[in-house]
Amino acid sequence: MSKEVFAIPNVPTPGMPVTFDPEICNGCNHCVEVCSIDVYIPHPQKGKPPIILHPEECWYCGCCATDCPRPGAIRFNWPLQARPYWKNKKTGEIHQL
Amino acid sequence: MTTWHEFLQEEGRPPAWPYPIRFGEERVIDTDVLVIGGGIAGCWAAIGAARQGLRVALVEKGDTVRSGSGGPGCDHWCNAPANPLSRVTPDGWARHMADRPYSNGIGIQIQCREDFDTLLEMEQMGGKIRDTENEYVGAEGRDDKTKFMISPRYGTIHSYLPDPRMGEPGFNPPETRNNVVIRVWGSTFKPALKKECRRLGVQIFDRVMGTSLLTEDGLQGGRVVGATGLDNRTGEFLVFQSRATILSTAGAGSLWLMSMELCGYSNMHSRAISGDGTVMAWRAGAALTKMESTGMIMIATGYKHKWYSGAGDASYENVPLVDARGRRLPYPIQGWEDAGAMLPTPGVEAEIRAKILKGEYELPFYGDFPAMAEVERRATWNLMLGEESTTRIMIDTFSAAGFDINRDLLQSYKFIEGQSLPQWRDAGYGGGVLVDWNLKTTLDGLYAAGTQMFAPEDHSYAAATGRYAGRKAAAYAREADPGKISRGQVEAEKARVYAPVKRSGGLEWKELHAGIARVMQYYVSEFKTESLFKMGLDALAKLETEAVPRLFALDPHKLMRTLEDLSMLEYAKIIIEASRARKASSVPLNFQRIDYPEQDPEEWNKFLTIRQRDGRVELGELPPDFWGDMKEQYEAHNRDYTGVHREK
Repeated sequence: MSKEVFAIPNVPTPGMPVTFDPEICNGCNHCVEVCSIDVYIPHPQKGKPPIILHPEECWYCGCCATDCPRPGAIRFNWPLQARPYWKNKKTGEIHQL
Repeated sequence: MTTWHEFLQEEGRPPAWPYPIRFGEERVIDTDVLVIGGGIAGCWAAIGAARQGLRVALVEKGDTVRSGSGGPGCDHWCNAPANPLSRVTPDGWARHMADRPYSNGIGIQIQCREDFDTLLEMEQMGGKIRDTENEYVGAEGRDDKTKFMISPRYGTIHSYLPDPRMGEPGFNPPETRNNVVIRVWGSTFKPALKKECRRLGVQIFDRVMGTSLLTEDGLQGGRVVGATGLDNRTGEFLVFQSRATILSTAGAGSLWLMSMELCGYSNMHSRAISGDGTVMAWRAGAALTKMESTGMIMIATGYKHKWYSGAGDASYENVPLVDARGRRLPYPIQGWEDAGAMLPTPGVEAEIRAKILKGEYELPFYGDFPAMAEVERRATWNLMLGEESTTRIMIDTFSAAGFDINRDLLQSYKFIEGQSLPQWRDAGYGGGVLVDWNLKTTLDGLYAAGTQMFAPEDHSYAAATGRYAGRKAAAYAREADPGKISRGQVEAEKARVYAPVKRSGGLEWKELHAGIARVMQYYVSEFKTESLFKMGLDALAKLETEAVPRLFALDPHKLMRTLEDLSMLEYAKIIIEASRARKASSVPLNFQRIDYPEQDPEEWNKFLTIRQRDGRVELGELPPDFWGDMKEQYEAHNRDYTGVHREK
C-alpha cells in the first residue's frame, strides 16, 4: 500500500468503449483514422495500442473494431447500462452480455 | 495501458497532443467544385462532379472512409422503383411518396428516377448489392435470376404504419408486391466511395470542419465563392476558393438532449451532426424551410436501450415478437405478413399496454428468432442487421458472447425502458436548405444534397441527390468565373473561429451544449406558445452574450466541439424563429401550438421559408407543391442525363 495517491478528477464515463489486446494490436492506428469523432489518439510509443482520449464522445458505431486489420485486437466493451439480454427458448435460461 | 488516466498514472504526465499545432496558420485551396460534408451525399456529389472532368475538393469533419450516418453501413436501398423487379413506375412511386404533406417532391423525383442507376454504379465501384455467394437461396424476396434481395418494406404503401387492408384474406401476396426496396450489403459502400473519389482525383480534406461560406464581396445573399474550414487535429485554417459549392452535411442531432454519461450523446447520431451546414447556409443568406418541424427521439436516447430491440423500438424484418411466456404480440414486424409495417397503430399500442397491466402479457418481450424459417432468420440477422449502420458491431458482440439465433430469443426493451419524453426531440425531422430543380439553393454558386436539403429521406436519397447535385454544380462551375474572396470576411471568420483558443479558462463546450439543450427542452417542446418561444430566444441570447465570450478550448479537437456548439446555438434560434412564424398547428409537422390550436387549416398549408438579410430575419412562403409537375420538371432539367455511368 505504498503507492502514491494523486488528486485526479473523476474519470469520464462510460470510460472504456473498447479494450485492446496488446498481444494482437500492433499499433497500426487504423482505428484512429477510421473513427469519425477522434475517440482515439495514437500512442506516443510506436507499436502500442492507441490511447482512448475521448471515450464519452463515442457513439458506438463499431467501425474501429469492424475494420481492424488484426481481428481480436479491439474488443467492444459495452457500458454496463447498455448490455443486452437474451433467453434460451427451450430452457428459459436468461443471459446477459 | 489504453486510457488517458492510465497513461497519466504510468508516465506521470499527460500525453502530448499528437499532431502539429497550427492555430491561425492559413492554407488556400483553389478548386472548381467544393463539397462540404463527406457522408453518402457528399461522396456521391464529389464523384458526380469529378466525372465531369473538373477539380473537386471534398471536406469531411471525420474520415471519409466511415463518416456520416451511412458510414458504418446501410441495409435497405429504399424507393428504387426503376429496379427490374419493381411493380411500380418511378414517376408513379415518386408521386405517391410526394403525397405525404411537406415532403420534397424534387428530391423524391430524383431519387425515384436515378437511385437504381446509382446503385448499379455502387456495384461497379465494389459495393455488394446482390446475393452473389448464394447465401440466401430460398429466402422470400430473393430473385434467383438477378440475385437481388427484395425487402418487405413498402410492400403495398410507402409507410411504416400498417396498410389499413392488413389482416384481410390474401393480403400482400408475392405477385402484387411493390418490390421497391432492395436489401443491400451497405457496410461495403463507404470505403468503396472513398476509393472512387481518390481514383477520380478528388482532393479529400479529412478532419476538416467547414465553418463558413464565403460570398462575393462578403455580402449576405451574394454568390457563394468559397468556404472556410478548420483542421480539427492541427487547428490550421483553410480557405477554399470555388466556382461552385455543394453543402452535404447533416441536421443537428443532439439539440434537445445531451448526457454523455448515458452513452454517447444520448441519441442515435454522432456528435459530428451539429447543423454546421445549415448554419453556414443561413449565415450566408440562403433560404431554409420546414425548420419548425421537430419530433421526439424514438430510439437510442441513452435513457433508453441503445440496442435495436424489436417492434415499437425499431423492428427486425420478419421476427415475431412474443411476451415472456411465448405469446405472440400484435406488433407489426416489418415483414411479409404486414407488408413491411414497423409501427403499431396507437390502438394496438394502447391494447398491449392495457394487457400488460392486467397481467395478460408478461414482460419483457422477445424477438423469437428460432420460430423463423432458417434462411429468413439468417437473412434478418446477418444481412438486415449485420449490414445496417451501427448494428453490425452489435451482432458481432452478441455472437462472440454466445447468442445463437437458432436457439435464443432476443430481449426487447419496449415498455420496460419507458417512453421518450416530448422534451427529448430531434431537429432531424425535415428542416433544411431550400433547393430548386438543379438542387441549387437560393444563392448563386451554392447547391445542396442529401440531409442538407429540406424534407430529406434515406440513404439512397442521399446517394442519388448527391450524384445529381455533383452533376449540376459541375455544369454551373464550368461556365462560372472564379469568384473573388473578400479578405475582410475571411478575417472576421478567423477571429470568430480562434476566439476560444485565446482563453485558457472559462466555460467548456460540454456545459454550453447542455445549456442549449435545456433551453430547447423548456421552450421549444411539447408546449408551444408565442410567450415560451420569446423566453427561449431570450435564454439563447443570454447564452450568447454571457456564456459564448467565456468559451475556451485547449486543443483543436475541443475547438471543433466548441464551434459545433455555436452552430447549434444558431440552429436553435432558427428553429424558434421559424416556429414563431407558423401561427397554426400541424400534425404532419409535429407542431402543436397552444395559442393556435387549429390543426392544418387550409390557409397554412404551405412551406414557410426563412432567411437573413443584413442580419435581419426575413420570412416567406411557398405553395405545398411549389416544384410543379414532377415528371415534366425533371425531364425539362435533365435532357442530357445518360443513365448508369460508363467510363469512356
